[in-house]
Amino acid sequence: MNLLRKFYYGDIPEDKSGAAVTGSASGHDWPLWEVFIRSKNGLEHKHAGSLHAADARMALENARDVYTRRMEGVSIWVVESKHITASNPEEAGELYEPAKDKVYRHPTFYELPDEVNHM
Amino acid sequence: MVMDPEMLFRDKIENEIKIEPKDWMPEAYRKTNIRQISQHAHSEIVGMLPEGNWITRAPSLKRKAILIAKVQDEGGHGLYLYSAAETLGMSREEMINDLHSGKAKYSSIFNYPTLTWADIGAIGWLVDGAAIMNQVMLTRTSYGPYARAMVRICKEESFHQRQGFEALLVLSRGTEAQKAMCQDAINRWWWPALMMFGPRDTESTNSDQSMKWKIKRKSNDELRQNFVDMIAEQIKTLGMTLPDPHLKWNEERKHYDFGEINWDEFWQVVKGNGPCNKQRLDARRKAWEEGEWVREAAEAYARKRVDKLKG
Ligand SMILES: [Fe+2]
Ligand SMILES: [Fe+2]
Repeated sequence: MNLLRKFYYGDIPEDKSGAAVTGSASGHDWPLWEVFIRSKNGLEHKHAGSLHAADARMALENARDVYTRRMEGVSIWVVESKHITASNPEEAGELYEPAKDKVYRHPTFYELPDEVNHM
Repeated sequence: MVMDPEMLFRDKIENEIKIEPKDWMPEAYRKTNIRQISQHAHSEIVGMLPEGNWITRAPSLKRKAILIAKVQDEGGHGLYLYSAAETLGMSREEMINDLHSGKAKYSSIFNYPTLTWADIGAIGWLVDGAAIMNQVMLTRTSYGPYARAMVRICKEESFHQRQGFEALLVLSRGTEAQKAMCQDAINRWWWPALMMFGPRDTESTNSDQSMKWKIKRKSNDELRQNFVDMIAEQIKTLGMTLPDPHLKWNEERKHYDFGEINWDEFWQVVKGNGPCNKQRLDARRKAWEEGEWVREAAEAYARKRVDKLKG
């Protein structure tokens, strides 16, 4: 009987019977870095992706090779991922809800006479 | 008022809001994405091998430069995808170990050999062409990092397909021998390219979780039909034919009808018995093993520089 019934391109069921691999899977990866790219002067750096590299110099060089092959950038920042502190999505309520009821922070809150139409 | 995380997740999927790495997600969603994204990454990396085979033998400096650029792109695609899979909690090393052990799969298409220069054209046109159909759909997949990787990849893919078609176009206008080589490559790559979309929809189990989770958005047969319709038109420009006597425009359906895929061959290749399965994995393992001293040396060098800075 064929148990591999259905899959899409890129979604083939895996073999459970893979041969053993020598070497362990415990922290041999080079550190992970986040890459930020300024696409042209006048614009801010924007997160482009991440990569592994042994040190900052290599991270910059690899970022150049993978993220700017078609002139996508004029400046690159790399930062080791472990140095980034991220907000927790579960705290989204406490963090962002309070801004919701401050409608007076938006220009549309103020109704002005038509004469001042370009304000 | 705290919303149940599972409800919140379903709500996001329903409303086309992307799932991001730190968001709560069902374990099965995480696992399906890890499996699919890592398989996709492996396909990009193994896919460098059949084409790499022709870099030293490309017929001109121009073709060699193009091919190097294309193969380099595929390496980049592998990296984007590995990074996306890593956001789900699997390390790069584990993924690579799974590929080398044979546990993880990659697209079967890359287990076919590249026998002549025309194969490079046929791969760009047909194999990248089929991959693009799938990848354009995946730019709308529900997992944010996967979708973003796909957007980046799709921007680079159209050059891949165009350069392939153009290489075949040159052959199709060449000598008799070149024309024959072009037709032969198309004949050999056509059916494996159709197999890239996977089994027919009628073979599917009735509950398709991937579709419900919006990881996938079109069925295998739908994508395959789109592909056949596109290629059946484009081949006219080449003045070549597709190796399928049943290929015919169906006025009622407004689609091309086409013949049955050899599913036995398909399953054989998936199970590891394709013409190049062993060769491909051996090449990957060899590259990994022979690169070990480089990985270690770079690490040692980085450590030394840190120590020096500390004084
Ligand atoms: Fe690719
Ligand atoms: Fe490609």
